[in-house]
This record gives sequence, structure tokens and C-alpha cells, in this order.
Amino acid sequence: MAIEDTIAAIATGLTDSGIGIIRISGENAIEVGNRIFQSPLGKKILHQAENRKMYYGFAADEEQDFVIDEVLAVVMRAPNSFTGENTVEIQCHGGILVMRKILATALKSGARMAEPGEFTKRAFLNGKMDLSRAEAVMDVIGSRNEFALASSVSQLKGMLSEKIKKYRAEILYEVAFIESALDDPEHISLEGYPERLEEKIAGLTESIERLIATAEDGRWVKEGINTVILGKPNVGKSSLLNYLAGEERAIVTEVAGTTRDILQESIRLGNISLNVTDTAGIHKTEDTVEKIGVKKAVEYAKDADLILYMADGSMELNENDKEIISILKDKKVIVLLNKSDLENVVTESMVRKLFSEMSGQKEFAIVRTSVKNGGGMEELGRTIREMFFQGELKCSHEVMITSLRHKKALEECRDSLHQVRRSIENGMPEDFFSIDLMNAYASLGRIIGEEVDDDLVDEIFSRFCMGK
Amino acid sequence: MTEFREKTDVCVIGAGHAGCEAALACARLGLETLIFTVSVDSIALMPCNPNVGGSSKGHLVRELDALGGEMGKNIDKTFIQSKMLNVSKGPAVHSLRAQADKAEYSRAMRKVLENQDHLIIKQAEICDILWEKISGEEKKVTGVRTFTGMVYECKAVVLCTGTYLGARCLCGESITYTGPNGLQAATHLTDSLKAMGIALRRFKTGTPARMDKRSIDFSKMEEQCGDETIVPFSFSTDPETIQKEQVSCWLTYTNENTHEIIRQNLDRSPIYAGIIEGTGPRYCPSIEDKVVKFAEKERHQVFIEPEGLHTNEMYVGGMSSSLPEDVQLAMYRTVPGLEKCRIVRNAYAIEYDCIGSGQLDGTLEFRTVKGLFSAGQFNGSSGYEEAACQGLVAGINAAMSIFGKEPLVIDRSEGYIGVLIDDLVTKDNREPYRMMTSRAEYRLLLRQDNADLRLRKKGYEAGLVSEKEYRDLLEKEKMIREETERFKNTYVGAGKEIQSFLEHYGSSSLKTAASLAELLCRPELSYEILGAIDKNRKELPKDVLEQVEIEIKYEGYIQRQKRQVEQYKKMEKKGIPRSIDYDEVPSLRLEARQNLKHFRPASIGQASRISGVSPADISVLLVYLEKCRKTE
Repeated sequence: MAIEDTIAAIATGLTDSGIGIIRISGENAIEVGNRIFQSPLGKKILHQAENRKMYYGFAADEEQDFVIDEVLAVVMRAPNSFTGENTVEIQCHGGILVMRKILATALKSGARMAEPGEFTKRAFLNGKMDLSRAEAVMDVIGSRNEFALASSVSQLKGMLSEKIKKYRAEILYEVAFIESALDDPEHISLEGYPERLEEKIAGLTESIERLIATAEDGRWVKEGINTVILGKPNVGKSSLLNYLAGEERAIVTEVAGTTRDILQESIRLGNISLNVTDTAGIHKTEDTVEKIGVKKAVEYAKDADLILYMADGSMELNENDKEIISILKDKKVIVLLNKSDLENVVTESMVRKLFSEMSGQKEFAIVRTSVKNGGGMEELGRTIREMFFQGELKCSHEVMITSLRHKKALEECRDSLHQVRRSIENGMPEDFFSIDLMNAYASLGRIIGEEVDDDLVDEIFSRFCMGK
Repeated sequence: MTEFREKTDVCVIGAGHAGCEAALACARLGLETLIFTVSVDSIALMPCNPNVGGSSKGHLVRELDALGGEMGKNIDKTFIQSKMLNVSKGPAVHSLRAQADKAEYSRAMRKVLENQDHLIIKQAEICDILWEKISGEEKKVTGVRTFTGMVYECKAVVLCTGTYLGARCLCGESITYTGPNGLQAATHLTDSLKAMGIALRRFKTGTPARMDKRSIDFSKMEEQCGDETIVPFSFSTDPETIQKEQVSCWLTYTNENTHEIIRQNLDRSPIYAGIIEGTGPRYCPSIEDKVVKFAEKERHQVFIEPEGLHTNEMYVGGMSSSLPEDVQLAMYRTVPGLEKCRIVRNAYAIEYDCIGSGQLDGTLEFRTVKGLFSAGQFNGSSGYEEAACQGLVAGINAAMSIFGKEPLVIDRSEGYIGVLIDDLVTKDNREPYRMMTSRAEYRLLLRQDNADLRLRKKGYEAGLVSEKEYRDLLEKEKMIREETERFKNTYVGAGKEIQSFLEHYGSSSLKTAASLAELLCRPELSYEILGAIDKNRKELPKDVLEQVEIEIKYEGYIQRQKRQVEQYKKMEKKGIPRSIDYDEVPSLRLEARQNLKHFRPASIGQASRISGVSPADISVLLVYLEKCRKTE
């Protein structure tokens, strides 16, 4: 719980990159920085450094008297830093080893290792950001691809805040109207109001629903699409995974049933992240080990966002294929007819027929691939994009919900609006509407970290003329 | 000059609605009490509107009554018209309002005071509060001194100076240095308070003109009658005893001509000319304000209300003004029915001293002066009812502090009084504070019909509610509980008789048996209607049935609010030690730190309601308190 101690961490990713940043934050950050950083003349200068000015020098291990790297250092004093505390950032060359070494020196010099998200937490606790911004920053840290990054950045700028504020203002206006009529029934009448409100609520609910719907997209953007590859043994599932991952991960042999366990890989297809799970081939088997693999495959398929069902296009579909198709109900499915480099035996209409027989599932796409020579891979990417992001990934202008907390608050807001609607339908008196409207208002407020306070009273007085 | 000294327990300064309640509470608790007023003839004066109650204010009066206050009983004796507002809305916003016979109201209250044991009325202006230092910043009240030099030593003082402190009245260009109604202002006390380190500010309010009834043409107005069945304010008043002939109010409207005259003379309004420095209330705008701020409105309502049975004076509700007399007359005479009106008393604005925010505890005691309490308009509120409620709480707490007993604190989930006082002590109000139903977060639970169930016990514990009244309450609770249970556990089958009964009331038929409670939840059915199929019904008092019906009919909503209250209570229970030094709390933002130091909240819940304190600041505070707790 202590938030006075000084923490340090590698602020950039722990991968080899052009530049790496080590951030030190806390009351003693400058002292810690001084033990690491020295000017070209070997002097300790950070305690007298100007705020937010880059200093050129060296990171060195005091004790062992040895220079680690040529670096730039910058000092930001409380409260004018990201965390609101004294902060030193050291920019070094982005090799993992160098970064680790500098961090280790910082830890030796009085800092402790920061926990994940702790910088952001401190920024938040120090009142440097509202909740939605804090979470967006955490998302920046956790972003897996450039699109997620763009989405995080736009939340940070307050696009989500803008939208939420707009909806809140609309709700508040309605509450203020009801309340002014309750407080001053002789001046303000509510006749015919429930009908008007019902319309308004319908519109608002729709807007909120749309925002909630983006949460799914948001999760896929941020965390990647959970994808499971299913298929009979030896149709090329592991080859597909290897192709996508760009390295030999699964054991690929000509012997059916080689993948006995589940293999998972986080891969990129253009600007989409896929968390791909390769599974054991599904077929009737007596092998106990294999049986477990098959069972697991079915389990994974249940939780998947996307199933890549792979079949060998050069061979007739059989009982095992039927078995697989029967578990594909209510799933987003792409059928990959692999080995398109060989003679095509399976036609698309045959696949459709089998699907309608076995699962009634009509929503699926068929792509012919040849994993061996990369055929159909681009089309596969395009198909996934269409399936999950309505054709294109708009990076900049769409507001997207990427936080579970936001989604939850939006759902609460929606539920409250539903409750208002039910109250209207049941002919409840108007004062009941404002209770749930106020709840909806408060739910939205939690997203941007704002409480209700005196908004309502101010709104009543500024909008409606009342009083004797 | 020889100084005369006398000893007493409590001195109440001011005999308005706050002062009366404070003094009665102390005297009834057995303390020797003195109440000071600049004029004995102005005890419980109603210098503005001639009514008690109204939306949310009606709630306050009922709560006050449940706690053992006097206002409800007094208006029951002296009303001339009564109306339950908002009856077409939910039970939580039903609110009682009564037109008072002002002179009778004042006289009746004076009689109560005069006949109260341990209470002495004294006509005198208090000039000084006497005190001594305890330690550091802390002081202790020792007595008061009158303008004529008399000193009364006492253990507690309750300040209820209303709008009299440093008052000045404005009517157009003319200014008089008087309290309301031309009464003598209290001019000396301000300096004494300032010398004690109490910060004061200026507030402003206003009142419309009074007219001669004989000059009004009521045929051009709509008549506003009282309710057929009158509901009393007080839980102790037998409804049968107050059913009586009522007097009407009248409704008319302003028009474009009225507005034009106002617009042309705005430069002569002291507010728009910048002469008035005090802050006026937004909920009680002058007609000038209404015309300027709501320019799109073609007309505004005007209520003509009688001031009493034995006077011709009529109150012109909705048209308070501080415009000069000639403009007032011209403006009033554009209103239908008022063409030939004669003004008896001009409309005027009044400015007065009241306390700045952040100086009081939730008990209404000054944080830095032990034994000094304050209530009413002096605390920055507005309205007779708001004043009376504070008066009662301040009076009870003055007594409790003398007895060394636990103070009476009502929280926001227990009553409108709780909301009122919490808002007064945690907010920097920029205008006189008026109660509104929207200020109460848990209003579904804070109904006027259950004020006794919510607060009688507290009144009993304080000592203002009699043993018998309290036992009656317990009996009522028991009857409600039993009847509710019976309703939930009595099932009716889907037989023919039931179905045709349901059909008769346009209610859908039953598929399986249902409890009476389930049927009562249907909007088209009521407790009374269900009597036809509820054969084993016992004869129960009306107020019991009312509770049963509301509790069952709105159970879903009520349960949800109860859950919210649980959340709220959690935060209220996280206390902040009085000794906390906010400068020691790291990472608080500057604004939050300043406001926390200013208001010194008693709990995390209270802190979270202070403006400028963000959720992040609350996290910081929680972290800090947790840390302190662990290191202890």
C-alpha cells in the first residue's frame, strides 16, 4: 500500500528495439538516478538538472566502476510528471541486456521493482488522470498491435469521455425536467411526458448498445481473437500454425495424430492479432492420450471466438468431418479447404450441404488454401477482417470500448434505462423514472470518474423556471 | 454601569422558527432556557409566504414532528387551507402544504412558548457572545450580553438570528436598515462573532407585495381550493379534529405587458444596478430574474394567497421584486384581476449576515467554539421549515452536550433533515439553501408517510417523544409487519370468482394461485379493491394500511434503494479522525487538500461529497487512513 517508496521499471517493451527507457519514480527518484547517471565529465548532475531537459551522459554501475551505456537522462520533478512524483527517465540503446543492466543498477541504488501498471496507479492516485484515462494508459502498455494502440490513444484524448459526457447531459436534462415538476408541481406539468421520455430512452439505449457492441471488437483488438484450428488428423493444421507463426512449433510429420496436445501461439495477420490454438486431429481413436487431446480440442472450440475448420480438399469428407461440423453451431467459422495445390475433390456446395445437415449453421466462409506454398493466406486474413470488424479496421475515428470496467458500467447504464422503460410501460409515477435515470447517469459517470454532485440542482435551475 | 449577572443553562438568540424549536427542545429536556427576541410580538413570524410545507418541505415538517418538534402541531392549529401536492405521482413525492393564518400561527406559537416550563422569553438584543479560551484555537461559550448590559451566564448558546443580522431592506432606490417587515435589525452581534473568528458572508432574499383584497377582481382568476379530506402535519393530531371550512387561493398570469414594463425599468432594480451584493436564491427568483433568464416564456404564474382570516392582505406569490414602488404598481396592474390593485406592503429584497461554510459540525455546533450552536437562515438556509428542523437539531444537541450524551445526528438515508444538515456542513453554498426532493438520494425511503417510522425512535431517545407515543409507534410497526406477512402468505386460487373479480378491474387472469401481495403489485389493483377477495381481513388503522400497500406495491424499487443505502453507510462508517492533518497526507491535490481542511469531514462518505475532492483524492485518503491504522 505504501506509495512513497521509489520504483523503477523498463518503461518500453522488453524486446530488442531502437531505444529503451528506464523509468524511476518516487520521492528518491533523483538520488537513485544520480547513482546511475553521470555527465561526460563523470559528474553527478541530476539533482541540479532542469526539469524536462535532456542531459547527455553515461549510465554506470558505481560499485563496479564500469560504464553500461551511452544514455540521455531527463528529470521531472513532482508534481509535474506522469506519476505526479519525482521522476527520472533514462533513455538507452534498446538492447534487452543493456536495459536490464541499467534497471538492475537502479534497483541496487534504492528503487524497488515496479509492479505492472504501478506507474499508472500512482498517476491515478496522485490525481493526474481520471479513471478512463488511467485505464487507457494501462491499455497502451498492454497493446499488442498498432490498432489497439491507436484505439488507446483516442480514448486517452478523451473521445470516449466526449461521448459519455454527451449521453450524460441528455439524461440529466430529463431528470432535471421531472424533478423541477416534482418540486414545483403548480408551475411545471408532466402531462404527456412519459411518451416523450420513452422515445428519448429508446434512442439513448440504442447509442449505449452500440458502444457496448464495440467492446467485443475492442477486446479482439486489444487481446487478439481467440482462434481454434480444428480438423481431422493430418489435414495440415499444424502446418498452418507454423506458417502463421513463421517457425516450426508443432511437430509436423506425415503420420496422422502427431499433435497430441494443444499448441497455442499469438500471431499477427496484417494488423489483426490471433491467439491461435492448434488442436489434435479429431477422429475416432482408441489411443488414451489422443482421446484426451480430442476432448480438449472440443473444449477449446467451445470458448473460441473463431474456428478455423480445416479439411483436406483433395480427399472426400467422412464421418470424422461430420463429427467436427456438428460441434460448430453458433460459432464464427472459416472452412479452410487445404491442399488446393492438389486435385480438388471437395466442392463448396458439398461443404454447405454437410453444414446444413449436421449443424444448421449457415454463417461461415470457405477459403481454399495451400499452406505448403502460402496459397489463400491473404484471403484468409481478409475474411477474418470482414467477419470481425465489418470489413475494415478504422483506426482513428471510431470510439471503441476496450476496458472491461467501461463495458460493465455501460451495461449497468443500459439496464437502468431498461428499468425506466419498464416503469413507463407499467404506468409507474414519474418520480420512479428519475431514480433509474439517475442511476444510469451515475453509471456513465463512473467511466469518466465523475460523481453526481450538484449537477442536477444546477441543471434544474438553469433550465426550468420555477419558484414563487 | 453596574453589570447584572444571572445564570441559566441555554440562551437561544432569536425567536423565529429555528429559535422556537431550539428553545422548546432545551426547555422540554429540563434545561433552564432563555429565548431572546428583538420583539416579543414577532415570535414565529412568517415574513414571507403564508404557508408551511410544500414539496419536500412538507417532509421536513413531518420529520420534525416525529422527532418531537412543534411546527407541525402549530400549523395544524392555525391552517386555513390544506393540500397534498403531487398526489398523481409516487408516494415518495406526496407532500403536504398548508396555508397559514399568519397572525394566528405566530400567536399560537407564542402561547406554547409562554406556557412551557423552564422557558423564559426575553425581549432584548444580544450584542456579545461571551467566551473563554480552552486551548489553542479552541474556545468555550460562557454567556451572552444584552444591549442594555445584562449578562446571562450559560453553558450553551444557540444562534438563530435569521435575516436580522446586519439586515438592510431594498425597495428600488430606497434602502432601510431594518430586519424583515420593518422590524429592528440586530446590528451589534456581527462584530462580536467576527472577534471570535467566525467568518460571515452576505446573503439576499426577497418577498413580493401584499395587496388589499378589496382591490382585487377574483372573477378573472382561477380558484384554487383545498383538499376535501385534510391530512394533518402532526402524527399527534387526530385528523377528525381538523376537518374544517377552507379559504381559497387564486391563480392568474403575467403577460407580455408585464414583462415589457420590467425590461424597461431593469436599470432601476438594485440587483441589476449592482447595489445588492448578497447572493439571491435561484429557486425563488424575483419576477425581474424570471423575465430576464427565461425570456422565451410568454407568461408566469401568479398565486394570490390570503395572509389570514382576519386581514384583507393578500400575498402575491410568484412576483417578488426589488423594483421601485412606481414600477411595482405599474407591473402588478398589468396582471388580470390586479388592474386596480392597491399595495399594502411593497415587495422588497433583504440582505443579511450569515455564516460562511465549513465552520459547523454535523451536530450544528461550531467546531472551534464549544457550546456555540447555530440554526436557520443564519446557517445559510432559506425557508421556515428548514429553519425549524435545524433549530430542533441544534437545540437537542446543545442539550446533549450539556448532559454529556451522544449527539443527535440524522444521516442522508434517514431523513430529509439529514440531507439538509449534511449539505449545509459539507457544501459551499452560494445562495440560501432550500430543500428539494431531488437533493435526497434515497427519497423512496424518505417518504412523508413514514417519517414517524424513521425518526420517532430518535426523538424518543433524545427525550422529546413520550413513552406513550413511542409505544404507539412500536404497536404500529407490529401491525404493519403482521399485515404485510399475511398479505405475502395468503394465496388465492385461480377459481372462477377470482377470475371474474380480476376481469372486472381490467386485470389479467391468473394461471396459478397467487398471493395477495403479488396481486397488490399490479398497478390497477389496490389494498381497498382487494378487500372483495380478502375475506379474513382485520380492521386496521388507515396509516397502517397505507404502509402495507406502499411497501408491497413498490417493493422492488424500495429494495434497490435499500441496497444503495447499505453501500452509502459503508462509506459513512469509515470515520476520519478529528485530529487528521491533511498536510501530512501525501499526494492530495491542492484543491482537495484546501477543501478538506476547510470542511473537515467526519467520514470518507462525507469527504466524497465535498466539491473539488476527486475519486483519486478519496483513494489517496483511504490509503493514508489505512496506513495510519496499520502503523498504530
